Amino acid sequence: MNEKGAGAGNRFSAMLEMIGAGLIEFLDQAGYTMLLLARSFYYLKDAPSKAREIVTQMYFAGVKTLTVCSLVGVFTGMILALQTGIELQNFGMQYQTGRLIIASMTREMGPFMAAIILTASVGSAMAAEIGTMKVYDEIDALEMMSISPVKFLVMPRVTALAAIMPVVSVYIIVLACLGGAVVANSILHVSFNVYIKHLYKGIHFKAIYVGLLKAFIFGIIISGVSCAFGLRAESGELGVGHATRSSVVASFLMVLIFGYFITALFYG
Amino acid sequence: MTVIEFIDIHKSFGPKRVLAGFNLKIEKGESFVIIGQSGIGKTVALRHVAGLLSPDSGRVLVEGIQVNGARPAALRKLRERMGVLFQSGALINWMTVAENVALPLSEHRRFPRREIERRVDEKLELLELSDAKFKTPSEISGGMKKRVALARVLMSNPDIILYDEPTTGLDPVMSMVISELIRQMQRDFGVTSLVVTHDMKSAFHVGDRIGMLYGGELVQVGTPDEIMNSDNLVVRQFINGELEGPIRAQ
Repeated sequence: MNEKGAGAGNRFSAMLEMIGAGLIEFLDQAGYTMLLLARSFYYLKDAPSKAREIVTQMYFAGVKTLTVCSLVGVFTGMILALQTGIELQNFGMQYQTGRLIIASMTREMGPFMAAIILTASVGSAMAAEIGTMKVYDEIDALEMMSISPVKFLVMPRVTALAAIMPVVSVYIIVLACLGGAVVANSILHVSFNVYIKHLYKGIHFKAIYVGLLKAFIFGIIISGVSCAFGLRAESGELGVGHATRSSVVASFLMVLIFGYFITALFYG
Repeated sequence: MTVIEFIDIHKSFGPKRVLAGFNLKIEKGESFVIIGQSGIGKTVALRHVAGLLSPDSGRVLVEGIQVNGARPAALRKLRERMGVLFQSGALINWMTVAENVALPLSEHRRFPRREIERRVDEKLELLELSDAKFKTPSEISGGMKKRVALARVLMSNPDIILYDEPTTGLDPVMSMVISELIRQMQRDFGVTSLVVTHDMKSAFHVGDRIGMLYGGELVQVGTPDEIMNSDNLVVRQFINGELEGPIRAQ
């Protein structure tokens, strides 16, 4: 009985230790990321001298992800139209499909879809690129030349992603509306005119600016988290892989958490 | 005049003790080589001079100024007079050779663009890299990468250059080219050099003095001749690459 009790006690303390270590690691990384973002905002004053790098990063985030954004946008709209349209059809209200699509896309789905795509494609690439630079001494080489890695690498990436994310988000929303129109017309038998008329009715100024604000903040979060994990990569290629994976998981979580709080702030 | 001084440096990574009572003085204009097995702590010692690592205890002085614990502004000032040739070259992959070489000056905008271009051309010519000016690091060989990295280091006219395994991964001819360049920097520009390597041919070529790192400290320091004719079992086993002796494979 005593041995059993001691064993349970050991397991409990080991579990507490694990939770504590995880919490400390989380707080350490969160603090580092926030400081990194703060330093990155400070270096915004040097953004004109980094215009070329910012445009390059915008090109990678915007143009290079165009195909996947198009597909995700169209299919998200088609799925939404199909799922909501079939239910609405039961009440003879399938003509409202457009309204539902634009409302859900502008409020939540557009920025969220953009965040998922850019986390997976651009954020992971940022973490891997900066992580590789770290393990191959390129970050140390910058320090030796008295060049701030934050100004040189982080600020252009944060600026580019914060600027391009609302654009990608709007692009996905437009394509989702088009995808929804195709399903509404072909399966739900809603004419394009009726679909568009109700789509317009679903557009609300508040939904648009809150959606764009979300996209903007998601851009800052994804780039900041990815750069932070990249800059802290250790132990060679294995460390780069770990940093990349961790940056994707952390970005997803942060996008979800911040997404909820922004929604609660404006609609709660 | 002593330029670099390590005073009783101790450094551990977790349970692994890397430097334990490491002491060394390097004089102005001298070329000092630290030899030793891979993973023994040679690069760790070198990084302390650049302020990229801090010791657990002890002091690292560069021209009398303590590097460990120095304020960022003081460290920046010290680093302006120092260059590091990293093992990998540490070139920025998306930039051309010319942009990489120009980096120390172009980022700080202290010189007009024409002056930077002139200096870049001058360094590229010195290191016979003019043909590679517009190539990216992925388009040039390992030896060229090292030379580009050296050209970048020379852009700020440093008084001290730290070389981290400058010949690793290069063929014997290219190794000798790089070794000769290190000598040339010392001869022509009066640079003080600290080289870490396990390439014995290069060590004997570039070193005015050589120190063997083993067990966290320098077990012998001497001229190339003294090292070559050493009675120390560790040194003899290492320089001759013998299987039998006190050194065990790590």
